[in-house]
Amino acid sequence: MTEIDERWIDVGYLNDIPRRGARCVKVPGYTVALFRTDDDQVFALEDKCPHKGGPLSQGIVHDGCVTCPLHNFVISLRTGEAQGADSGQAVSIPVRMEGTLISIDIGVKAVRAA
Amino acid sequence: MMKKKLVVIGNGMAPGRALETLFDKAPGAFDVTIFNAEPRVNYDRIMLSPVLSGEKTFEDIIIHDDAWYADHGVNLLKGEKVVHIDRKKKTVVSENGVTAPYDHLIIATGSTPIVIPVPGHDKQGVVTYRDLDDVDAMLEAAKTRKNAVVIGGGLLGLEAAAGLQMRGMNVTVLHLMPTLMERQLDPAAGYLLQRAIEARGIRVITKANTHEILGDDAVSGVALDDGTILPADIVVMAVGIRPGIAVAKACEIDVNRGILVDDTMRTSDPDISALGECVEHRGMCYGLVAPLYEMARTLAARLAGDETAAYQGSVTSTKLKVTGIDLFSAGDFAEGPDRDEIVLRDATQGVYKRLVLQDSKIIGVVLYGDTRDGAWFFQMMKDGTDIAELRETLIFGQGYAGGAPLDPTAAVAALPDDGEICGCNGICKGDILNAISAKGLTTVDGVRAVTKASSSCGSCTGLVEQLLSLALGDAYNPVAVQPMCACTDLGHDDVRRLIVAKALKTIPAVMQELEWKTSCGCAKCRPALNYYLVATWPGEYEDDYQSRFINERVHANIQKDGTYSVVPRMWGGVTTPAELRAIADVADKFNIPTVKVTGGQRIDLLGVHKEDLPAVWADLNAAGMVSGAAYAKGLRTVKTCVGTDWCRFGTQDSTGLGVKIEKMMWGSWTPHKVKMAVSGCPRNCAEATCKDFGVICVDSGFELHFGGAAGMHVKATDVLCTVASEDEALEYCAAMVQLYREQGRYLERIYKWADRVGHDTVRQQIVEDHERRNLLYRRFLYSQKFSQIDPWAERVAGKDWREFTPMSDLSRLEAAE
Repeated sequence: MTEIDERWIDVGYLNDIPRRGARCVKVPGYTVALFRTDDDQVFALEDKCPHKGGPLSQGIVHDGCVTCPLHNFVISLRTGEAQGADSGQAVSIPVRMEGTLISIDIGVKAVRAA
Repeated sequence: MMKKKLVVIGNGMAPGRALETLFDKAPGAFDVTIFNAEPRVNYDRIMLSPVLSGEKTFEDIIIHDDAWYADHGVNLLKGEKVVHIDRKKKTVVSENGVTAPYDHLIIATGSTPIVIPVPGHDKQGVVTYRDLDDVDAMLEAAKTRKNAVVIGGGLLGLEAAAGLQMRGMNVTVLHLMPTLMERQLDPAAGYLLQRAIEARGIRVITKANTHEILGDDAVSGVALDDGTILPADIVVMAVGIRPGIAVAKACEIDVNRGILVDDTMRTSDPDISALGECVEHRGMCYGLVAPLYEMARTLAARLAGDETAAYQGSVTSTKLKVTGIDLFSAGDFAEGPDRDEIVLRDATQGVYKRLVLQDSKIIGVVLYGDTRDGAWFFQMMKDGTDIAELRETLIFGQGYAGGAPLDPTAAVAALPDDGEICGCNGICKGDILNAISAKGLTTVDGVRAVTKASSSCGSCTGLVEQLLSLALGDAYNPVAVQPMCACTDLGHDDVRRLIVAKALKTIPAVMQELEWKTSCGCAKCRPALNYYLVATWPGEYEDDYQSRFINERVHANIQKDGTYSVVPRMWGGVTTPAELRAIADVADKFNIPTVKVTGGQRIDLLGVHKEDLPAVWADLNAAGMVSGAAYAKGLRTVKTCVGTDWCRFGTQDSTGLGVKIEKMMWGSWTPHKVKMAVSGCPRNCAEATCKDFGVICVDSGFELHFGGAAGMHVKATDVLCTVASEDEALEYCAAMVQLYREQGRYLERIYKWADRVGHDTVRQQIVEDHERRNLLYRRFLYSQKFSQIDPWAERVAGKDWREFTPMSDLSRLEAAE
C-alpha cells in the first residue's frame, strides 16, 4: 500500500466546542466528530459508532470517553476503541492544536474511512 | 587579551540568574553592560503579589542590589530602553542615545501584558500587572478608592485580586471561562478555588465577557455583555502575557510567537542569544520562573565555554501565592483510557488531590488544600519514577510512602468511648456501640433510627459503618445500598439527601463534597445529578446541557440514522385545521419523510436533520405550537376522550380537564417519563388505568389513579381516591408528581417508586395529610415558574445555536488524491 500524504485542515477554535461536548465537521465523504474533554483536550473520531453507525458526536462525554447515544457503547476518544465488554473501533483522526486553533488530518483517514 | 564585551538587554530574573551563574563559572571573562528599561535593580517579580498585599516590601524582594553590580564590575544602565540593534556594527542604541558595542548580545526583553482592546481600555485607571510601577498604581488607588475589577481569573489576576482585597478594596474578578485557572486546574480544583476566593469576600463572575470600560477620562465601571454593570475605580487587566519581541523583530532576527532559539539559546544570529519569557523554544513560550532558570543555566554554561550544555525544554508546575490558599498543579491532567487516576477528596478539610498516571508513572498532579507533597510528586514526575511499588499509599504523600496500607477501622477502634462520631447530633462512639448491642442493630439505617447518628448531614456515615463492622465483624454487610454508579459508593437516596443537607448546587460541588471517585462522573451519574439539582433548586440551578442525554439536550428524539423526530404538543390530543396545515407545510418544506400519529394522540415528524430543527420549530411556533417534550424525562402526554362535549356516555368534561392538567404539567422534569390520561366514563377510552397518573370521570366526580404502566411491564393503576371537583383533581395530580419528583430515583417510573415506598405511604402523604399535599402542590407550581418556557422558541431565538450547526462544513473540499 502506498503512503498517502498527511492533509491538515483548520477546522475551528477550542471555544467552538463546549466542555464535555462535541461538534461536527463535515469533510468530503464523511463527518468528523470533535470532542472537548473536561480539561480541554480535543480529540477527533469519525462520527460513526463501530456498533450500528450511531453519531458519536451526540453522546455524553466523560472520562476520556463518549457514550454513543443509540446503544450506549462507550468509545475511547483517544483510540476510538470500544470499552468494557463491547468490541469495535471507531476511526480516530489526528488532531493538532496551535494555541486554541484546531486542525485535523484528513489525509490517510479520509481514504480509510470512506 | 581584551575582555569580551557582553551586552544584556533587560534586567529581569532570567538574565540575572544567567549572569550570576556565568560569574561563578568564568569569573572576569566578560565586560558586562546591562540596559534596563525599568529604573531599578533586579528583583523577584513573582513576589510582587506579597508586596501588593502588604506582606512584603520592595526591599524584601530585591535579588541583586547595587553593590552586587559594583562587585562584579557590571555597568547597569537603569531606565535605558534599547530601541535599536545594529547587527553589522554589533552595537545597541537606547532611547536616550546611549550606544554600546558588543561581542555577544543577550536579549532578555521579557514579556508585555496583554490589554484587551475593549472600548475604554485606554482610560485612566486601567492598569496591567507586570512590574513595580503597576503595583504602585494599584496601591495608590487602594488608598483612596473603593471598587476594583480584575479582568482575568488566572494566576496573576487572582493574586492581584487577593492583594487589592487585603488593601481594603471591594474586588470583583471577571473570568471568561467557566472555572478559574482552567489552564492549570481541572474543574474540581477550580471549584474549590472559587469557593475559597469567594470566602474571603472577593466576588467571582465566571463566563464573564467584558463589553466596555465605562467612565469619562477616568474609569467608573465595567459593563459586561449580559448588561451587568460593575462600579470600578481601578481595572486590572491580567489576561495573559505576550513575549516582548519588538527589538529582535526590528533587526530581523527570526521570530514567531517569541524570539526563536535553539537548544543552546542562540537566535538566528550566532552572536546573539536570548532567554526568558521573550523566547520560543521548540514551539513553547514559558511564563514561569523554573524554565527561565533552566535556560539561564544553559546560556551561562555556553558562554563559559561548555560546548555540551543544552536546554531541552521544561516541565512546569504552578503554585498560587495567595496566603491561605494552597494550590499546586503540574503536568498533563487530561484523562484518557490509557491513563489511570488516583483521586483523594476530603470534603471537610477542603482537600483535593489528583494524580494522573500512565504506564505506572506520574504525568500530572493537581493538589488543592494540602500541597505539602507537591515537590515530591513533581520530582517523581520529572524523573519518570516507576510508582508501582508505592501505588497503594502514593496519594497520601511521602510520609506514608512504602508503608503498609492502613487498616480502615484502626482509627475508629482507637477512639475512646466518649469520642464524638456524629457532630450534628452530638453522638459518641459509646452511644452507638451500646445501641448496636442493646437493640441488635445491623444496619446504618437502624443506627440512624435509634441514635440519630448520621441522620443529619451524613458525613459520619462511613464512621458509623466502621463501628458496625467493628462490633459485628463479618456479620455486618454494608452492601445493602446499591451505589448510584461506579463513581460513588452512595446510593441515589443518600445523594439526594446530602444535596439538600449540604445545599449543594452544582455538579462539581456534589462531586467534591460527596467525594466522587472520578473527576467528572460518567454517563450514568451526570444526568441523574443534573435532574436532582434541577428538581431541588428550581430557579437557582443552571442546567448542564452536557450532562443531559442527547434527546433532552436538543429537544428532539434521535433516530437510528442520526436524524431526529419532532413532536409538537397537542393539548389533550385536540388539534385544529390550522395546526394540521402548519404541520403539513413543515413536512413539505423540509422533505420530512414520515408523518405518523403517536400513541399519545399527537403527530410525529420523523427524519428531520439536526441542522433543520430550529427552522422546523420556528414554523411550528409560528402556528402556535410548542415542544411536546416527547423526548423528556418529564410530562409527555395527557390523553383524553371527548367526554360530555360529544359522547353520549360522558359524565364530565374529560377533554377540558385533560387540557387543564397538561397546561399545568408541561415543561416539568421528573425522574422518568410521565404519561397521563383522562377518561370521561368508566369505559375508559383514554386508557387511563395503565398510565403513571390517570383520571376516570364518574357522575359524582373524579376517580384518581396512579402507578400504571404499559411498557416492558404492564401494570394496572391503583386508585388513589375520589375527589369531587376539577380543582381538587388538579391539586392531587400536582402533589403526586411533586412527591415523585422529590423521592423518585432517576430513571425510576412512578409505579416502581410507589412499589418501593409503599402505595399506602403515597396515599397517606397525598390524601390524608392535607397540609403536606398543599405544600407539595405549591412547591410544584413554584418550580413550574422556571420550567414552563418553550425550549423550541428559546432555540429559535438563538439559544445554544452551536449545537445545531456544524463547526465547519468542508465537504466541498477537493477529496484527497
